[in-house]
Amino acid sequence: MEEIKKIATRESFGKAITELKDENIVVLDADLSSATKTELFQKENPNRFIEVGISESDMMGTAAGLATCGKIPFASTFAVFATGRCYDQIRSSIAYPKLNVKICGTHAGVTVGEDGATHQMLEDINLMRGLPNMVVISPSDDVQTKALVKEIAKYEGPVYLRLARMATPVIYANDVKFEIGKAVQLGEGIDATVFATGVTVSEALKAQEELLKEGVDIRVVDIHTIKPIDKETIVKCAKETSILLSVEDHNVIGGLGSAIADVLTEEYPKKLIKLGINDCFGKSGKAESLMEYFKIDSKSIEETIKEKLYINNKSK
Amino acid sequence: MKITKAEAISKIANRIRQDLITAIYYAKSGHPGGSLSCSDILAVLYFNEMNINPLKPDDKSRDRFILSKGHGAPTLYATLAEKGYFSKDDLITLRNIDSVFQGHPDMNKVPGIDMSSGSLGQGLSIANGMAIASKMDKMGYRVYCLVGDGELEEGQIWEAAMTSSKYKLDNLCLIVDCNELQLIGKTEEIMGLNAENIEQKFASFGFNTKIIDGHNIEEIMQAFEDAKLVKDKPTVIIAKTIKGKGISFMEIDPSWHGKSLNDEEYKKAIEELNNIN
Repeated sequence: MEEIKKIATRESFGKAITELKDENIVVLDADLSSATKTELFQKENPNRFIEVGISESDMMGTAAGLATCGKIPFASTFAVFATGRCYDQIRSSIAYPKLNVKICGTHAGVTVGEDGATHQMLEDINLMRGLPNMVVISPSDDVQTKALVKEIAKYEGPVYLRLARMATPVIYANDVKFEIGKAVQLGEGIDATVFATGVTVSEALKAQEELLKEGVDIRVVDIHTIKPIDKETIVKCAKETSILLSVEDHNVIGGLGSAIADVLTEEYPKKLIKLGINDCFGKSGKAESLMEYFKIDSKSIEETIKEKLYINNKSK
Repeated sequence: MKITKAEAISKIANRIRQDLITAIYYAKSGHPGGSLSCSDILAVLYFNEMNINPLKPDDKSRDRFILSKGHGAPTLYATLAEKGYFSKDDLITLRNIDSVFQGHPDMNKVPGIDMSSGSLGQGLSIANGMAIASKMDKMGYRVYCLVGDGELEEGQIWEAAMTSSKYKLDNLCLIVDCNELQLIGKTEEIMGLNAENIEQKFASFGFNTKIIDGHNIEEIMQAFEDAKLVKDKPTVIIAKTIKGKGISFMEIDPSWHGKSLNDEEYKKAIEELNNIN
């Protein structure tokens, strides 16, 4: 069997920021640079790296101040601290004045694994999506992360970048282009659409492969930009496929599924099955086991679609 | 052009007080007490200390000011108008639905405002970011940040104080508007804060410190001059002030933290301020 190349998006992020050419880019971290991988940038650009210690709120304010002076700050820490701990700093000092700060939250979701609930951020998309002026990006693989880091560096305004700890398969070829706000449709299947983001995209693709063996042809839509969301692609898929399903490593309240539901409600009302963490906190365990436990893995996607197809066929 | 005569700056501060009280009177809400306590400090900053040009509010090399205690917005608006950033005529639209003069400062609406503020405790972090940028780009501009004494109860201030000190931000000057009162009472009674122990706290965080009379124009000017001579350390000026300064019935009365004046009170307030000059 061919070895699948796996890499965590936090790692891709560390490499991508190091490759950015703009001298105005400044990276900030709060005592986690070895985990967020900003240490790669620090090694190459020690003069443009700011270590604030374990003080995330101060880091966000410092980043905001730098941005007012023309710098492009990437402020990085775990997603739980990046968004939850500094929500008001982000709201008042970054989103409201619309400052060019890139908030980079690694270790999002239950796939953090063993560290457990306190470190598994499941509400960050909800928090950031609800802020005016904020763009929310959740890349799915190495290639996409690197490409989108370049895009957000060019984009003028606040961005939340959601990254994962767990290594996931490389999905895209190196030359694939990505645009902020434009979802990527993978496959043309008409039996179902699986909307996924971040670590769940490769799970959805695995399910797609397995289902095809049984004659079920689904499409996967990689929603790497949760805000502004790609309404056009969502509506198109709602029209073309019978079953709609979303899957995310995030609370089902306020995340990807909710963002899609917002579009469907207004544009093309249709049932959406939401797979995600069902309004509870995470727990310790291996990342893979937790995905299975919380039913956001490929098997759960596969079974949900099969069950739904069976019900659909039966009712015909 | 910088004004060097204390007496002239004092007169400017008095005009700022009249303008901000008029704005709050017309707005029918606002924070007069803490706006009046910092008027002399802002007058010195904008008319003597800072390198700024109202014709070039976005000049990259300008000195920066952050009003961390954003509820002092009327003072900032009146000062910027006095300096010529915009006409004084519109100040009375303060807090109106069509006005650029929001209840708390918005950098994207009003020229001359270097940072939006309102949620307390955040200004020093912002100032650090600006001061670091100034050093990175070798621009040499200085950064001034005004906080309230009650505001020092916010934990982020102390996170930021460590950062100012670690990065040796000698181009940063923090000013504490130490009026000894907050909304519900005395800072001393609420969290045990007074000018002396505020100074000790900042000194232990590695700041150059100075306690001054925040209504003595010459002392304020001197403190800013002295701060520029300090190397490798941030400076904090703890300015002892009087909440409601200049209007007898507002002075040292916490009930004037966040309310406007009726017709009679307004008339009396303006009369009293007129009599000072």
